[in-house]
Amino acid sequence: MLSWWLPENVSTFGQEIDFLFELIYWITGGVFVLVAVAMLAFLVMYRHREGRRARYTHGNTPVEIVWTVVPTLILVVLTALSIPTWARIKMQLPQTDLKIEVMAKQFNWIVTYPGPDGKFGTDDDKTFDNEVHVPVGKPVVLVLKAKDVIHSVFLPNLRFKQDAVPGREILAWFEATKPGKYEMPCAELCGFGHSGMRGWLFVHTPADYQKWVKEQWPSS
Amino acid sequence: MSNPATHATVHEAHHELGFVRTYIFSTDHKMIARQFLFLGLFMMVIGGLLAMVVRWQLAWPETPVAGLGWLLTETEGVLPPEAYNMAFTMHATIMIFFVIMPILAGAFGNFCIPLMIGARDMAFPRLNMLSIWAAFLSGGVMLAGFFVPQGHAASGWTAYAPLSAVATYQGVNWGQNLWLISLFILTISSLMGAINYITTVINMRAPGMTFFRMPLVVWSLFITAILLLLALPVLMSATAMLLFDRTLGTHWFLPEGGGEPLLWQHLFWFFGHPEVYILILPAMGMASEILPVFARKPIFGYRAMVYSMLAICFLSWMVYGHHMFVSGMDPRVGMAFTLTTMVIAVPSAIKTFNWLGTLWGGNIRFTVPMLNALAFVAMFVIGGLSGVFMASTPVDIFIQDTYFIVAHIHYVVFGGSIFGAFAAIYFWFPKMFGRMLNPTLGHLHFWPTFVFFNLTFFPQHIVGVGGMMRRIYNPMQYEFLQHLQWWNVFITWSAFALGLAQIFFVINFFWSLFAGKKAPLNPWQSNTLEWIAPSPPPHLNWGDRIPTVYRGPYEYSSPEVAEDWFPQNRSLPARAAARH
Ligand SMILES: [Cu+2]
Ligand SMILES: [Cu+2]
Repeated sequence: MLSWWLPENVSTFGQEIDFLFELIYWITGGVFVLVAVAMLAFLVMYRHREGRRARYTHGNTPVEIVWTVVPTLILVVLTALSIPTWARIKMQLPQTDLKIEVMAKQFNWIVTYPGPDGKFGTDDDKTFDNEVHVPVGKPVVLVLKAKDVIHSVFLPNLRFKQDAVPGREILAWFEATKPGKYEMPCAELCGFGHSGMRGWLFVHTPADYQKWVKEQWPSS
Repeated sequence: MSNPATHATVHEAHHELGFVRTYIFSTDHKMIARQFLFLGLFMMVIGGLLAMVVRWQLAWPETPVAGLGWLLTETEGVLPPEAYNMAFTMHATIMIFFVIMPILAGAFGNFCIPLMIGARDMAFPRLNMLSIWAAFLSGGVMLAGFFVPQGHAASGWTAYAPLSAVATYQGVNWGQNLWLISLFILTISSLMGAINYITTVINMRAPGMTFFRMPLVVWSLFITAILLLLALPVLMSATAMLLFDRTLGTHWFLPEGGGEPLLWQHLFWFFGHPEVYILILPAMGMASEILPVFARKPIFGYRAMVYSMLAICFLSWMVYGHHMFVSGMDPRVGMAFTLTTMVIAVPSAIKTFNWLGTLWGGNIRFTVPMLNALAFVAMFVIGGLSGVFMASTPVDIFIQDTYFIVAHIHYVVFGGSIFGAFAAIYFWFPKMFGRMLNPTLGHLHFWPTFVFFNLTFFPQHIVGVGGMMRRIYNPMQYEFLQHLQWWNVFITWSAFALGLAQIFFVINFFWSLFAGKKAPLNPWQSNTLEWIAPSPPPHLNWGDRIPTVYRGPYEYSSPEVAEDWFPQNRSLPARAAARH
């Protein structure tokens, strides 16, 4: 029931992450209960008694093989279940016309939109401090950069985290499923102002998003 | 059977050494072991107090820290963020490099290896002395960092570049430099120790002590030494490179000069993951040593225990990328690290099941060392299982850099290594110092430690799942963390109680050191060789004759003898064996 504490999920791939989390929780929880019960039972059953002599045994090869093979199989299956989700999230960038640059610096997110022409580095680029606006139900690609030290864009509600590294341009994406205002903290220690370095992700309905775009770029 | 008491007083006389050669510049492995132990315990006080400061800040952010008013005069006792970053950085640095490594590998490596394989000392006693003195020097340099302007290193114990590479990014200049210099010296110290341990185990085993008759704690320390030998040069190079970036203007890790910030992470974690096993393997060995003694039963699956440690030793070089899943490292590489990271859990699982197998059918005595060893097993299980969450790359995206990781690491290095260290101290103290620790104080120390350890660290999984980032100064700055704050307060109270419980240990340790009951030769009726030496063993350990080994270390409740233990050195004529 650890998953009770997960923040509400509002991204497409978030469900898959939560599913894996839940699955691993029940598997590891089950293993823990088995081990703990066995241990407590042994401690009670085989506690010291006058005149008792411990069982003289050095082990048992078939048992060793079983408890080597079974965990291996479980872990390989977990790997097989994890990798497709990982590939979908981090390796398959969706086609989209919505690209936003997030430049991290001590201790702010500088968010740049390419404007109507869709190109960065032109006159209609527009820059915001600590604010990202996106429409719901549409894949968004973030172009992550860092000016000074390593930062990490964390969107707890979208199950999104990606470091921004100086000297690199890292592409990452998400697709929000529910309009709202979501916190965007920095998750990598980046100096004395690390704590409190955070922005907001505004997920708008398509209509609201169009309205916001109109306000920002009135001439187009 | 020869009466063990007759061994006790043989040949101590011809090694009269002066005070300085005996207590300070000693080449005796047992004195060096005690020196490492005192270094580790002293540093543990500092590391522990730093943790208390961190916990205060997280529970009651930006309120005056009780008892720190004299130090933080400008802020009237409120901890500024720079000082907070310094506190958690130095807490981790001290606990990992100056508490767990010196106690587990330094003190017990030095104490156990020669005594348990039947050697008179380490292969290179002077190198050994140099190793402890390098460690003292390194500790001194590390502590000096607290007193330089701008304070000590504040970039986390992982010291990610470029934050750690440019003084202005962090606002710390000499603190971070001293941190790097200190660790550089410490790697030299540990390398000298590692070379010594490996050589000693290979060359200096007593007659009859084959590799597969070695106690598992010796195996674990031997494998730890191999890991140290291979991992530390990487840390050494990395610290030198970072220091050059900071002071000589090189650009190993700085993109503006063509460097690569991620290179630091590759180097650091290539060292860092084996380091985790360096911290835990000796504790595994200690548990494997202590469980059979008090279950009065042979260890279950001795060979499986050895092979699983060798598997860990091998695999630990291939998993480090799991620290970098969201670092910007190519995600395809992440897939390979997922598989290896999952698989490295298998040897740990094997070990756990064999510990359970050792308890099964035993005749278990709940002594204080046994309780600590059992706590080690139980807590290590939790730490191991929570690691599976991180191995799953998609889940790791969410929990990376949250308190879930903090909880995991503390279940492994506190629940694992520190309970292992306590078990080892309670177990070997009689041999080390010739006096028994007080069992009542031992229980008073163990039970609150066990309970408050769990109350402190288990809820950290919960705040981690709630999304709370590690290393933040003030969780109340975030709206999505507000509802978790009562957990932080709860954790802090538990942590204070956990800290206070250690007072029983300190009292017990020092009181017993001077006034404890005199220890018999073999208080636990154990089989291994150290228990036939006097308590404490004299210089060169064995009087005039090195013991001969006839059997493995875990022959408890053997049908061949009437007692339920069967020392490794006891020769048994064929007739006598038949009679029993
Ligand atoms: Cu940041
Ligand atoms: Cu690791």
